[in-house]
Amino acid sequence: MGRVILHCDLNNFYASVECLYQPELRNKPVAVCGESELRHGIVLAKNQIAKAFGIQTGDVIWQALKKCPNLVILKPNFPLYIRFSKLAQQIYSEYTDLIEPFGIDECWLDVTESTQILGSGRKIAYEIKERIKRELGLTVSIGVSFNKVFAKLGSDYKKPDAVTVITKENFKQIVWPLPAKDLLYVGSATEKKLSSRAIYTIGDIAKSSPEYLRRILGKWGEVLWIFANGLDTTPVTPPLFEDNIKGIGNSITLPRDLTCYEDAEYVIRMLSESVAQRLRQQYLKCFTIQVWIRDSSLFAITRQEKLQTPTFLAREIAQKAFEIFKKNWSFKNSIRSFGVRALDLVCANSFYQLEFDSLKKFKLEQLEKTVDQIRKRFGQSAVLPAILLTKSNLPCEIPLHNKIHPVAFFK
Amino acid sequence: MRKIFVEVYAHFSKEGEITPISFVWFDGKTYEIDKIIEKRNAASLKSGGQGIRYKILVRSKMLYLFYDENRWFVEFT
Repeated sequence: MGRVILHCDLNNFYASVECLYQPELRNKPVAVCGESELRHGIVLAKNQIAKAFGIQTGDVIWQALKKCPNLVILKPNFPLYIRFSKLAQQIYSEYTDLIEPFGIDECWLDVTESTQILGSGRKIAYEIKERIKRELGLTVSIGVSFNKVFAKLGSDYKKPDAVTVITKENFKQIVWPLPAKDLLYVGSATEKKLSSRAIYTIGDIAKSSPEYLRRILGKWGEVLWIFANGLDTTPVTPPLFEDNIKGIGNSITLPRDLTCYEDAEYVIRMLSESVAQRLRQQYLKCFTIQVWIRDSSLFAITRQEKLQTPTFLAREIAQKAFEIFKKNWSFKNSIRSFGVRALDLVCANSFYQLEFDSLKKFKLEQLEKTVDQIRKRFGQSAVLPAILLTKSNLPCEIPLHNKIHPVAFFK
Repeated sequence: MRKIFVEVYAHFSKEGEITPISFVWFDGKTYEIDKIIEKRNAASLKSGGQGIRYKILVRSKMLYLFYDENRWFVEFT
């Protein structure tokens, strides 16, 4: 028997939750946008009415207002969205223990075993859809299929509040006529490469030979061929079984552009504190530091370098990151966004070559661990590096969590 | 349809189950809950909210009492 996989996608998630709590907005065009004062002013989600005006996720607020002057703009309330995301997952968990979240509003469910007790995938999907509507007041679109890729296509196929079943018998009729860009991992660059060779639909990808696709796209070509032919066998992996983390990073779009090395040092220290703290939480150290910089014209670079010995010290991460930064950035343009990432992670107690001043490093490690404990008890800003008190117009809180974790299909 | 937040007196069982006993209406009067007819998770589409919904009888009138993130409200026409 083949697998039965559901992909559940909560429709217009942020906007739907907002409209649930403010019923007077339900018949108006609504968009949830980041804060423009902090220069996060883009559309994060919109309701169905706003969508009809052509407003898209990622539009800048003024663009959105141009398309629809009466648009109601709301600030995001992440704790509320996370609560609803958990509630939805609670409902899913009554149907299977194999649940893999994909962002805050999407989940894969492997219900293969449950079908023997609860009925077909279609029946389970309809039941979940009705329960989400009744218990959470939200609509969900669900794709039911025999692999994860087609389940996701199914949930995108008909929106909102719909169930689409893609079987081994009907996938050629449903999936193959869809444009290539609808397939997971076909972004704009891949789409361009494909269309220049007259590959426009998912069916075109499926009918090309894997060798040909490999020549155009490298190893991803074959992966896409496997996806398009419904041969994907990736399992639904609950986060509990997630294997080793590959990197820990943090990035920020700043309320004002960074124009000098002093500014950059400040932001690097802030992000490094957060990265180091999260490394220590996971009992990990890193061998490589990566810096990501995006300038005011939205041009971005990523640079990385290796360390002599692995570390979870904020000061070492910051020092290395600043070194990398100075080598690679000359401030021709000012900086809009900045990120620091720790890669090549190893267990914190793994062996490595000692240095002459290892004792000093050991003491510093104890010191930073103690700082963690103080922050845990008295708040993240209880102890700060002095540099973070020098600029009043830049944020100085040390974020401990990414608000929403971006996730990858392949783990 | 209005959303009226109310003060609630409730019983917390050892197992962690919450049973509302009475509530204070906006006129200041306390009303006993005569019977809980049904209890389940639900959205309040009419007044806006989501939580555990208690379908209750108060002086032979049927009401919906919601427990939404540590606050209680009544759907009221």
